[in-house]
Amino acid sequence: MSLQNIKKYLRKDMFPHIWCPGCGNGIIMASLLRAIDALALDPDKVVVVSGIGCSGRISGYLDFNTVHTTHGRALAYATGIKLANPELTVIVAMGDGDGSAIGGNHLIHAARRNIDLTAILFNNSIYGMTGGQFSPLTPFEKRASTAPYGNVDHPFDLAPLVKSAGASFVARTTTFHVFNLQKYLERGIKKKGFSFIEVITGCPTFYGRYNKIGEGLDMIKYQKEHSITYDRAKNLSEEELADKIVVGVFQDIEKPEYISEYEKIIEREHHE
Amino acid sequence: MALKAKAKVDHIDINTSWCKGCGICIGMCPTQVLEFDERFKARVAHLEKCINCKLCELLCPELAVSVEEAENE
Ligand SMILES: Cc1ncc(C[n+]2csc(CCOP(=O)(O)OP(=O)(O)O)c2C)c(N)n1
Ligand code: SF4
Ligand code: SF4
Ligand code: SF4
Repeated sequence: MSLQNIKKYLRKDMFPHIWCPGCGNGIIMASLLRAIDALALDPDKVVVVSGIGCSGRISGYLDFNTVHTTHGRALAYATGIKLANPELTVIVAMGDGDGSAIGGNHLIHAARRNIDLTAILFNNSIYGMTGGQFSPLTPFEKRASTAPYGNVDHPFDLAPLVKSAGASFVARTTTFHVFNLQKYLERGIKKKGFSFIEVITGCPTFYGRYNKIGEGLDMIKYQKEHSITYDRAKNLSEEELADKIVVGVFQDIEKPEYISEYEKIIEREHHE
Repeated sequence: MALKAKAKVDHIDINTSWCKGCGICIGMCPTQVLEFDERFKARVAHLEKCINCKLCELLCPELAVSVEEAENE
């Protein structure tokens, strides 16, 4: 696997990209391209749908079929695309505000339907594009431009939430864990059903600075130091898990998928 | 899992027009192969220490690092 293998998927005239020095978004993008390359997907059958936010800019950089949609609605567009043409591989990129605040309902209902999409949530714990406001995923007591004395809200624990909403595949990892990141993306894309991969990623410009974590490099080291595997976390109390990032596969099951069930009905009614 | 002997690294290509000098490759390299140049771009300083782990390539947010292996080992 070399860089050339993934550079062929880039719209190179758009580079260097717009993301800040040390922003984790580029690490996730490169991992996604490695996953797509490893699965040998036909680029003409891949669709990347993104919402609005720094993370949403990803669709502009990739030479697949791409749609840059509206804030919070990427999953709704993706649902329509997949229903219209089920043979496409539809990958959805969302920010934490995008996917868990304004788009939170789309997320739980896409999971409930278990529609065959792969949703990647770029969780930088903050609204990056609009200036560092807190999001539903900003941890308790952490700082944001709209929480200068610390956040009094409690965050969603999003991966378990999406699991209980009904997704077939759910995993969480970080940009530090690049090998797992690629592996989970591959497993999510291959899985027939709704796949959700939450990736903890650094926004050094806002989250890192407000919370005195530091630059992009420091944020990657922070992810390394604060991560704990799903299996180890099972035996720990809420207090012990307070500043931990639980990483691993939360769900990986086979169950009926929305479009296949829909097609079965069409087939059945057609023959009666 | 059987560990495959890693191929030797021939050179490490750094695309300085994409590099934004974040220092991630330099700081995450386990053997201090890389350093900043005068313009705060990454550059190779000690290729002989490289263990071909590819962390620099995988973690560069700019897709600016390419670890190139020697062809026939
Ligand atoms: C309907 C609508 N509401 C609000 C906005 C303003 N807006 C743009 S991006 C954004 C949030 C960005 O944060 P996040 O989704 O976490 O993505 P990030 O930039 O951190 O990747 C908001 C509120 C918008 N563009 N559209
Ligand atoms: S503001 Fe934050 S999320 Fe947006 S590009 Fe900069 S570092 Fe990345
Ligand atoms: S491949 Fe590994 S050892 Fe070699 S320069 Fe990159 S990070 Fe350092
Ligand atoms: S990780 Fe990439 S952008 Fe950052 S210093 Fe190294 S080459 Fe430059």
